[in-house]
Amino acid sequence: MSTPTRTPAGAPSSVGGPGGRIGDDAQRPDGVLKVRGEFAYASDLWMDDMLWGVTLRSPHPYARIRSVDVGPALAVPGVHAVLTSDDVPGEKVYGLELADQPVLALDVVRYQGEPVALVAADHPDTARRAAARIVVDYDVWEPVTDARAALGHPTWNQVHDAPAAVTELSRESAHLHPHGNLVRHLKVRKGDPEPTADVVVVGEYEVGMQDQAFLGPESGLAVPGEDGGVDLYVATQWLHVDQRQICSALAMPPEKVRLTLAGVGGAFGGREDLSMHVHACLLALHTGKPVKMSYNREESFFGHVHRHPATMRYEHGATRDGDLVYVKAEIFLDGGAYASSTPAVVGNAGTMGLGPYVVPNVHVDCYGAYTNNPPCGAMRGFGSVQTAFAYEAQMDALAAELGMDPVELRCRNAMELGSETPTGQVVDSPAPVAELLRRLVAMPLPPEPATGDDVDLRHMPGGVSNTTHGEGVRRGVGYAVAYKNVAFSEGFDDYSTARVRLEVVGGEAVATVHTAAAEVGQGLVTVEQQIARTELGVDAVVVHPKDTAVGSAGSSSASRQTYVTGGAVKAACEAVRGRVLERARGLVGRPAGDLRLDGGKVVSDLEGVALPLADVLGDDAVEETVEWRHRPTQALDPDTGQGFAHVQYAFSAHRAVVDVDTELGLVKVVEMACTQDVGKAINPQAVVGQIQGGTAQGLGLAVMEEILVRDGRVQNPSFTDYLIPTVLDMPPMRIEVLEYADPHAPYGLRGVGEAPNISSGPAVLAAIRQATGLPLRRVPVRPEHLTGT
Amino acid sequence: MRLTCTVNGDRHEVDDVWEGESLLYVLRERMGLPGSKNACEQGECGSCTVYLDGVPVCACLVAAGQAQGREVGTVEGLAGPGELHPVQEAFLEAGAVQCGFCTPGLLVATDDLVRRSRAEGRRPADAEIREALAGNLCRCTGYEKILDAVRLAADRMAGEAR
Amino acid sequence: MEFLQPATWEEALEARAASRDAVPIAGGTDVMVGINFGRLRPALLLDLTRVPELQQWGTDDGAVRLGAGVPYARVITELGDRLPGLAMAARTIGSPQIRNRGTVGGNLATASPAGDAHPALLAAGAEVEVASVRGTRRIPVADFYRGVKRSALADDELVAAVRIPPRTGPQQYSKIGTRNAMVIAVAAFGLALHPDRRAVGTGIGSAAPTPRRAPAAEEFLAGELDGLWESRAELPPATAARFGELVAGAAAPIDDVRGTARYRVHALSVMARRTLTWAWADYRKGDPACA
Repeated sequence: MSTPTRTPAGAPSSVGGPGGRIGDDAQRPDGVLKVRGEFAYASDLWMDDMLWGVTLRSPHPYARIRSVDVGPALAVPGVHAVLTSDDVPGEKVYGLELADQPVLALDVVRYQGEPVALVAADHPDTARRAAARIVVDYDVWEPVTDARAALGHPTWNQVHDAPAAVTELSRESAHLHPHGNLVRHLKVRKGDPEPTADVVVVGEYEVGMQDQAFLGPESGLAVPGEDGGVDLYVATQWLHVDQRQICSALAMPPEKVRLTLAGVGGAFGGREDLSMHVHACLLALHTGKPVKMSYNREESFFGHVHRHPATMRYEHGATRDGDLVYVKAEIFLDGGAYASSTPAVVGNAGTMGLGPYVVPNVHVDCYGAYTNNPPCGAMRGFGSVQTAFAYEAQMDALAAELGMDPVELRCRNAMELGSETPTGQVVDSPAPVAELLRRLVAMPLPPEPATGDDVDLRHMPGGVSNTTHGEGVRRGVGYAVAYKNVAFSEGFDDYSTARVRLEVVGGEAVATVHTAAAEVGQGLVTVEQQIARTELGVDAVVVHPKDTAVGSAGSSSASRQTYVTGGAVKAACEAVRGRVLERARGLVGRPAGDLRLDGGKVVSDLEGVALPLADVLGDDAVEETVEWRHRPTQALDPDTGQGFAHVQYAFSAHRAVVDVDTELGLVKVVEMACTQDVGKAINPQAVVGQIQGGTAQGLGLAVMEEILVRDGRVQNPSFTDYLIPTVLDMPPMRIEVLEYADPHAPYGLRGVGEAPNISSGPAVLAAIRQATGLPLRRVPVRPEHLTGT
Repeated sequence: MRLTCTVNGDRHEVDDVWEGESLLYVLRERMGLPGSKNACEQGECGSCTVYLDGVPVCACLVAAGQAQGREVGTVEGLAGPGELHPVQEAFLEAGAVQCGFCTPGLLVATDDLVRRSRAEGRRPADAEIREALAGNLCRCTGYEKILDAVRLAADRMAGEAR
Repeated sequence: MEFLQPATWEEALEARAASRDAVPIAGGTDVMVGINFGRLRPALLLDLTRVPELQQWGTDDGAVRLGAGVPYARVITELGDRLPGLAMAARTIGSPQIRNRGTVGGNLATASPAGDAHPALLAAGAEVEVASVRGTRRIPVADFYRGVKRSALADDELVAAVRIPPRTGPQQYSKIGTRNAMVIAVAAFGLALHPDRRAVGTGIGSAAPTPRRAPAAEEFLAGELDGLWESRAELPPATAARFGELVAGAAAPIDDVRGTARYRVHALSVMARRTLTWAWADYRKGDPACA
């Protein structure tokens, strides 16, 4: 088998030194390559005789394909192959949870951008020109573009109108799939079905479609193997779930479809679903040549799922004293054309959609719908981001109604260790919700905004665009708190596999860690090294390239890899250590229980015996492979949504300080403060990095980020019009990291990545509301919303 | 067409360049220098920032032929073989690298900022750093540690100058 | 595709005359985006970056003659004192990397209603100097814009320079974007007070099919300032507000992904009022150029 000239990431380096253990700010093993420009991202892969693959996509959100004529494309010099669904040898549909999405369009296209045909050619421009010559005859249909309409639900008219009762899901819209337009309906029922309360607050909320906007576009290189199989080097989040789906489409066994992780330029959920994976493999197998596919930014917007847009209606009831009595919620998530991970997103939105509060009486209906909008699926925060905007706005509205301080209202109703969730689960590890909020309140506030002649425009709303020198500017401060499940839920068999080897190379003890867990930028490779150093007492730890030669690690999502793959690496190290100490026992004459590994030696604390590992291992390598699981979770009761669905929760809170130009509707976020409980910070610097990055993405959704879809068509598939925060938009942060160990988790750690992405946006909204006095029921907030235009 | 230019001090000559190719494409696909990244190809992200005759530009917006005879500097040329430039060291130490896709462009933009301020005998203020790096999008870090890295690099490079 | 790189202005004009569907390229900030995304595939790319005359600016006949190829970064660093409105506009453009490459000439040739330089050029009363093998002509910038991304440039002409009267009074520029950097204008406004000729210049961006002036607002304000030029007395708030309304009234915006028409009109009224307030405050303080 040939390998790419520029080999994929893997980063088989070993930044050594005793500083890289659990709890240290260890540096990334791939960092030097990354700063030198030598790290091989998927889009950097290259082979001498490779072809470039491109995708022809549907311009229509909903249409029947009458015919496809690939002849004109095949006639273009330099073109090696043009493929359609007829060329898919195996299952023609795929999907993460439901196989409903065509590898290449069958008879109907259901969203704008659905792949229809593939071209491989010797230059990307040749391939693009050829693809443009493929003649597709479409019978264009009227798209279904509203999730509630797709499910036959009445639309809400006004905030305070009670919606019509939801009865049977009627079929008012076209059925986009044989089983109808409902992907999942989750019911959560708890306590009194007809509760009453002193004070009732009703609100309707809407969240726009956010994009992961990772910087490294979808890319991969497929290389045909001599055995008739294929090797795929690809940027992804979960190699094995990709492999499963590729095998199905190619009708090949796993041993013939080998995946290696290429360098990943960010993921944030957008690489959970397949993009170019099967396409590149098909082209490679068809042409017998390596085929690289690399999306440009525009295609990237069509090439991955987005965060579900949501419409939500909440009713909160409380006593005069501010105790929550009940919450009723209806949540509609627009899943777009295909299921992707909509069922699990519905699960999260439904089970955690009330926030980290104790609510005795609960009535939640959460729906995921098919429409002809772009498919939506995983994005950091996964169903919890949308609902947090609603439930935190409700808490502020309730506080206002009660005349209470919003933080006090939250603290009064905050979950804590031993609380029962809306799904009847007892929180069995620390849940310092109130403490997170109180610590935020205690932090100093930034100085008041400058006015007059000496303003620095860079600190004003509008920035150097010179829209205000202080006129119309009002400051607001807002708080929000959120929680998020860590790892996979609802009874999913969630595990990771780690293979750890310990040997002596050139006189130095070297550990090798081999997992399939995707390094997407978050720093899992660093954590793997830190755990191996800690458990095996060595400095040199090689992180083996991530591939399917070892068992599944599950996805780099759900804030789960440090927990689950970290747990697997720890367990595999323990197994290796046990065998090594067992060997050493005979040599040092101490029971294995008295021995430990440190500094590349076997050490007895009692007698201080230091036996170099070389004396124990000789030329042997000790290797163990462990499949490690967290505590099992349970499926939810289908009628009540009750059950032990989530293995762990992560908690974070934010305070946002904003200056709003109330006349022009421009917002400058002045400061973000965050408190988060991480159980145990395996790598404190990386933990803080996750909090900062997650905060920025939440801020982006609050004030600027939205894929605008009209009649099923994306209006802004570019970085010119899909705006993400720049360094001038992201303010300085104050961060406090708490470490209350979760006794059920390895090292007591708690997943980190998602929670700060959930609480940051709602805090920004709360601050803008405070500055403007406007209800602001939709995000992202646009200048039009703030100015009534 | 044939393109000849100097990249990181080395003369490069490549043939069969399509006239519509960008300098970024030529660097990445024809010269074996993929360090500059292709994140947006429309000048909106800064991941492809390179020096063109000493001035930071988006390589995706430079037509290949416009680089004829020019001096190009990329992330690969910041430090010598086996060495790290102070800006590169600072990004590593500060934890400013996560996925790293924005890093090459940021390093060039930071190097330019720090060199310009050092030439003026001062260190860049935070607001100046932000304005100077506003053309470089990062999706992972929230920019805080990038600012830390720039301050660190500026301190160290100021020390070198004295 | 062909690539031509004339070394002199004469060669450039000849090449332009010989190939009327050639696409001139300077900073590449529009052209390369089109090519990279397959939306533009010209038969000939005419690279103007090697024409020395285009890279220079100087004073001529009382005006700053800004070569079409001078990048925005130089406008900011070299011309901030003479052309403050244009320099302020330049500072809002894209990013440092874009400002190092993008040119006022390119902004004019593209003639997008959202081009950031236009409102400042309109307010200052600039002239566009265009040339062909047939000769050179000057077009008042207000007559240059002919439609969405259409200009008075004939298909054998190139933008040679833009001639901008140096400031004689305060100038301001204000732009709305939903991000603090790298953002295309939702609406923009340029204002120049011309105490030397007792006149007011305005320019509106992103709020009509072309960049345009607000003549009624200019006339109104010039009338209101009659007498105030000398007294430097305070400007009544109602005057600034009325000026804002008249500027907004000159706009003819549409709804698009970047903003609604209503918002654009509203924002223009606010920007016009505020920029006038700032400019007049500068004037009252004895803005040095008009002392």
